Amino acid sequence: MRFAISAEQRSFGQALTGLLTAADVPAATRAWAAGDDAPGLRLWGQLAELGVTALVVPEESGGIDGTPLDLAVAFECLGHHGVPGPWIESVALAPSLLAGTKHHELLADLADGTARVTIAAAPLTPYALDAGSATHAFVLDGDALSAARATSELTSVDRSRRLHVVEADGPSEILADTAVARGLDLAALACSASLVGAGERLLRDSVTYVGQRRQFGRVIGEYQALKHALADVRVALDFARPLVHGAARGLESGGDDATRDVSAAKVAATDAATLAARTALQVHGAIGYTMEHDLSIWILRVRALAGAWGTTSHHRGRVLDHLMRSAACTSD
Amino acid sequence: MSLDFTEHEEAFRAEARTWLAENSPGRLPSMDTTEGAAAHRVWEQQLASGRWSVVAWPQEFGGREATLTEWVIFEEEYYLSGAPTRITQNGISLLAPIIFEHGTPEQQQRYLPTMADGTDVWAQAWSEPEAGSDLAGIRSTATRDDSRGGWVLNGQKTWSSRAPFADRGFGLFRSDPTAERHRGLTYFLFPLTADGITVRPIPQLDGDPGFAEIFFDDVFVPDADVLGGAGDGWRVAMSTAGNERGLSLRAPGRFMAAADQLVDLWRERGDEAPTMRDAVVDAWIGARAYQFYTWGTVDRLQDGGDMGAAGSVNKLFWSDLDVGLHETGLALLGAEQELRGEDAPHGGRWMDDYLFSLAGPIYAGTNEIQRNIVAERILGLPRGEKRS
Repeated sequence: MRFAISAEQRSFGQALTGLLTAADVPAATRAWAAGDDAPGLRLWGQLAELGVTALVVPEESGGIDGTPLDLAVAFECLGHHGVPGPWIESVALAPSLLAGTKHHELLADLADGTARVTIAAAPLTPYALDAGSATHAFVLDGDALSAARATSELTSVDRSRRLHVVEADGPSEILADTAVARGLDLAALACSASLVGAGERLLRDSVTYVGQRRQFGRVIGEYQALKHALADVRVALDFARPLVHGAARGLESGGDDATRDVSAAKVAATDAATLAARTALQVHGAIGYTMEHDLSIWILRVRALAGAWGTTSHHRGRVLDHLMRSAACTSD
Repeated sequence: MSLDFTEHEEAFRAEARTWLAENSPGRLPSMDTTEGAAAHRVWEQQLASGRWSVVAWPQEFGGREATLTEWVIFEEEYYLSGAPTRITQNGISLLAPIIFEHGTPEQQQRYLPTMADGTDVWAQAWSEPEAGSDLAGIRSTATRDDSRGGWVLNGQKTWSSRAPFADRGFGLFRSDPTAERHRGLTYFLFPLTADGITVRPIPQLDGDPGFAEIFFDDVFVPDADVLGGAGDGWRVAMSTAGNERGLSLRAPGRFMAAADQLVDLWRERGDEAPTMRDAVVDAWIGARAYQFYTWGTVDRLQDGGDMGAAGSVNKLFWSDLDVGLHETGLALLGAEQELRGEDAPHGGRWMDDYLFSLAGPIYAGTNEIQRNIVAERILGLPRGEKRS
């Protein structure tokens, strides 16, 4: 029995971390928010070279045919560094939806990073992220998938998430229920992993800050009230990540529990990242409450992702529905 | 569970499940009553006769040499079967690991078999009135008696779990009053019936005498009952504290079983308390998280890692989970929640287990101590105010 990520997955994560640490991601994210896509697209290309965009694309379409756990490892890194762009839509969601449709040839371009797809899927995620810079936009309405065009732009609390209202622009294709369900589960999984990554970044930066900032003649990290608050963030993140990894393993083996575990992961990851964000703001004080400070990138990203790909209320409902169903079966 | 277990592990699970289905007594009366303690001892003998009492131990001491993975599998099946919390837990989880590590072959032969079959129930005697989580503040003394080849113990221990119905105790005594706080402590094993020992039961919050004070008045302990070396007690005790705070005391099956019961209770009573929905789901999610987290820990330990300070993360999580889970269960019972015993819904199980859970954030190092450990040893925050 193995639960931990493999040596290959660990080195993949380290490669991503190395690339993103060397790049000035906060600057790219700020540029993206201001409408300058160039640095963000350079990152897209660099990450594509490491295989991120090809992760769950089938081999026959030029992909890696990786596992959901590979996806989780990658998205924790993307979340940790605050990378901008429609990553969840292109990398986690699109491959499941597009395979088997007339758009399947797009998969090869997705895999090599030349295509960027955005998808609106009401009610979970009704707006298309970054439709202005994506090469392709789609609308998923139930099990019907259509090409789409943006009609107007909306403002997200996270300025690097440029949201668009889109409408169908062409005939729709009816997808298999399993393809839709798997795509949305992978999107929620990637979103959960991003939240864990963002939470880890918020915690790391908070620990660094309280180790340097002095008040009342001592480093504020010496105060027990701050220690205990940050310890609680450590605990929350340490127990959210196994749910993300467990859900990924479940999706890999295709068990009936996988969907329930994806929802559990989204709830726990959202709660842990939200605690990390609030605690980070509290320990930084007023400096954290500014857009100038990079902390704002993750505080606002966490808030935005909390509502993306299913709210905690939606996912709690799914967990409970599943538990009620499975218990009803065993009591028969 | 969608993890890949080996055929051997699955066979082990099947054997445990079958045996437990045929033998598990379900809930027993509280182990902290005369009647309950007797019933628990019978159950321990039955477990031992099936060689399920100490699955991870070597064969020669009654075990099955189970791997860590198999041990967790057994614990999952144990609690799924509805079997009770173990009266031998103090001995098996806290003392046995250090007897294996620090005990002489003679001590291992003398103590482990009777621990495995429930003949000897052990009580821990660490805390003192002035030394709870701060074990280094221990004042009870051990004075050298060369003429008899041993030590004379004096002082008082308190909040000693299981002591009112246990046979033997283990604890730390100050054997060198001139040494610094952590040094000069020695680890002793002693029968609770020894001359000079007085055990005074203390009713706990649940009304049963789960605790006792133990008074030592010139109690003689031979050298053969010193665990580890004289003056080495702190190091020996810490190897058990890490164990208690970590994996061994709280296997995931216990919380998963409780969470499943909470979901059943929601089906039965949810209409009466619809606003508790999120709390029910979160309790279940927490138990699932704990299960996955444990499998990750098992992996790390099998790769040669140790629990270290991660045991504190573990303890913080499960102790809060346990309290929250049972508070939610009680909330679902409405006005009946305050009832205890046979008059209460489900035989009083929710209040019994709630009161039990309330000890979690207190014992084995309070959660405040644990948060300091996480902040300082895992996050690397400065220690700040001086502690010796």
